[in-house]
Amino acid sequence: MDLDLAQFHSSFFEESFEALDGMEAALLGLDVGAPDPERVNSIFRVAHSIKGGAGMFGFKDVASFTHTLETLLDELRSGRMAVTRDISDKLLLSVDVMRAMLTSVQRKEAVDMQKVADLQFDLEMIVAQGAGGAAAPAAPATAAATAPAAAAQPAAAGNGAAAASANGGSNAARWAIEFRALPELLLRGNDPIAIFSSLAELGKLTVVANMQAVPRLRSIDAERCYLTWTLELESDCARDQVDAAFEWAAVDCELTIKRVEAGASSASAAVAPAAVVEAPVVAAPPVQVAAAPKVVEAAPKPVEAAVAAPAPAAASASTAQAAATPAAAGPAPKPADAKEPAKAAAAGGEHSSIRVSIEKIDELINTVGELVITQAMLSELGRKLDGSVAEQFRSGLNQLERNMRELQESVMRVRMLPISFTFSRFPRMVRDLAQRLGKQIELKMTGEQTELDKTVLEKIGDPLVHLVRNSIDHGIEAPDVRVKAGKSPTGIVHLDACHRGGHIAVEIRDDGNGLDKSRILAKARSRGLVGQNDVLTDEQVHELIFMPGFSTAEKTTDVSGRGVGMDVVRRNVKELGGKIEIASELGKGSRFIITLPLTLAIVDGQSVSVGSETYIVPLTSIVESLQLQPQSVNRLSGRGEVFSFRGDYLPIVRLHELFGIEPRATALHEGLIVVAEGDGRRIGLFVDELLGQQQVVIKSMEANYGPVDGVAGATILGDGSVALILDLSGLIRVAAGTARAA
Amino acid sequence: MNDSIKSGLQQVLTFVLGSETYGVDILRVQEIRGWSSVTKIPHAPAHVLGVLNLRGSIVPIVDMRMQFNLERAEYTAVTVIIVLSVQSRKGKRDFGVVVDGVSDVVNVDDSQVKAAPDLGSREATEHIRGLMPVADRMVVLLDIDKLIAGQLPNTSDSEDQASAAAAA
Repeated sequence: MDLDLAQFHSSFFEESFEALDGMEAALLGLDVGAPDPERVNSIFRVAHSIKGGAGMFGFKDVASFTHTLETLLDELRSGRMAVTRDISDKLLLSVDVMRAMLTSVQRKEAVDMQKVADLQFDLEMIVAQGAGGAAAPAAPATAAATAPAAAAQPAAAGNGAAAASANGGSNAARWAIEFRALPELLLRGNDPIAIFSSLAELGKLTVVANMQAVPRLRSIDAERCYLTWTLELESDCARDQVDAAFEWAAVDCELTIKRVEAGASSASAAVAPAAVVEAPVVAAPPVQVAAAPKVVEAAPKPVEAAVAAPAPAAASASTAQAAATPAAAGPAPKPADAKEPAKAAAAGGEHSSIRVSIEKIDELINTVGELVITQAMLSELGRKLDGSVAEQFRSGLNQLERNMRELQESVMRVRMLPISFTFSRFPRMVRDLAQRLGKQIELKMTGEQTELDKTVLEKIGDPLVHLVRNSIDHGIEAPDVRVKAGKSPTGIVHLDACHRGGHIAVEIRDDGNGLDKSRILAKARSRGLVGQNDVLTDEQVHELIFMPGFSTAEKTTDVSGRGVGMDVVRRNVKELGGKIEIASELGKGSRFIITLPLTLAIVDGQSVSVGSETYIVPLTSIVESLQLQPQSVNRLSGRGEVFSFRGDYLPIVRLHELFGIEPRATALHEGLIVVAEGDGRRIGLFVDELLGQQQVVIKSMEANYGPVDGVAGATILGDGSVALILDLSGLIRVAAGTARAA
Repeated sequence: MNDSIKSGLQQVLTFVLGSETYGVDILRVQEIRGWSSVTKIPHAPAHVLGVLNLRGSIVPIVDMRMQFNLERAEYTAVTVIIVLSVQSRKGKRDFGVVVDGVSDVVNVDDSQVKAAPDLGSREATEHIRGLMPVADRMVVLLDIDKLIAGQLPNTSDSEDQASAAAAA
């Protein structure tokens, strides 16, 4: 065991966190009182797999906690205990605790054991009380109880036969299962009894333990498994369901699962040639499940053999023989064939996606970006070519260009993730908040599959959380207030995402009270933000709530109301190149609409030239471009130049002066003015001329150099040269700074 | 390979600046390429000529003559850019240096490297790892990590802001 397990740690953590997210989602969807058994099962599996992993890697605290959790979940799963509100709350808390524990372990920090121990004790109490309670439904309990009992019973070989004959008359299909655990089974946190009880849920289960391999007492290692089992399951269930029971143990055992036809047909169950040639087969080592379909494949036509051995009998025979005759499982080729794709799906289907590090994807995107530039260069050359082959060459280049565009799009899509990754945290948050504030809230989510760039996705999470929190705290009223207003006591918060052009729009809508404009105005007036007699449009009133420190909440809660937030929300959204709009009606509710670019990697830009340099101005910053007549320019106190634009006077910023370049045009009427805005301020940017508009891939200046004021990044043009992308907010700051210094 | 490292043997790429020969650890050399025009960076120190596209990443180019206070030379077709990677506090960075020409790759034993004499100020010698004789010439072995520290923004904070402010 000198295998270095540390290399698997990161994937264990990654998978565990993901599994916990799934568990949380399943818990939230769990109906108290009438839980969906599949949901409970999936929750159980998460706890179980984390326990197994933690045990294997030696994270004892995690393993011990998850063991307790698993015990409780097992009670719920078997139906011995009912799912109550309290239990589901405790389970959600467990998710948090496990997440915290795993994070601590991952960072190699100390785990907050007090919290863990408290919750573990609570869980144990629940299990203890539940066991004494009479609330548990009776039927599943007995089924589950028989299984472990049967497993514990040191049954003789004869027992199996007796069981078989007892089952003979039944009409249900039967599964004969040969379960040979490897000695390590128990060490990996697999519990045969748990497997058997999950099988028992599928139908009537008979378990026979084979104790031949058990050594003398003094040489028994308590942590090793010496038993093998022969199981017989009477159930019409699908193969998948049987496989699922062994899902976790599959690598730690040798397993043979055979289907035995129901009733009368079982008596004439055919034995395939593979089994007839008994000598070599029996001598062969037991075939594992994964290999079983192959053997069946080798025996395309089952022969009606004289050996009319009913499968139950075969199952109780020598384990080696049973394991070596998987072909007997298929009386006809069809079920055997059907098994194969099913098996393949079980092995490969669950992993239709692969984990790739983000660096690899960025590398790929980089290389494709390079290809696009090379292709643009070739196209440029191709246009200049003459001669008979030139036309052919150009059509080839066109083809290349199309392919490149597709390639670039699909590579960019790799970085795109559905917004559900961000939305998924809301059900839990809304539930907790609603509980704490004593409100009834239903969360609706639509458009979760809308995809956007991972970087945007990561940065939009916090602003969304804030807005949802605001909707719940300020928007939705308390149930009694709602009823008085003639609304349903349950308020609705609706999260919606959709694509709009090259953008994604995320909307947070609630049917609460809406923004109270008179109160916002009163507050603004009292703080001197707005003059006593000023009349504001709705838009201007809404603008007020984005002011730093502005809050109309009468009392500050721990949820919101401190007035920090909306300004931060807007800043974050703006940093992503997006905008936020508000629509609200008093008494009906409000809508917050965030519009974001799909990706941060590409920007629509206007190329401008100044002297010999080319710069890219993001289209989102450009208001208008115009040529100025000398008479429309005014000088301000002898230095700053301003011009009139739609009723405002805008300062003229000469880019060549700001960046220290030799321009071609110095007189204002020779060049062009680009009216651009940043940070809510507008300037007239003076440049030599406008070039084309194009989408450019943003490259970081900071990777190798450092931040440059007024420059957002760089891009590579069609000819392979570098052009800087302007950052208007920075540019305006720099321009203002230089003006002051001058 | 391992043996050569253990015994202190290393390969050095030497290049010429005016009448002087300098050397850098060859493992730091990413690429040697001909001169092509660069895109200017606003408010950059004078010896940072601009940025170039190096296989998709934006790489700043530093003029070594200006860095070493040598007479400025014209950039011609034979002017060479050596792209080096340095370790800075912010991780690995690539940057290019403009030199007059690349001369040779020489094997150097650590024992051959002599410490640079004290030239009065620490600034004059702190980016020099040592001096070594190659054939009949003296090669100045550069410590490029130190050389670049303080020359690019974000590698050393205080100095650059001062120089950027001066440039503005």
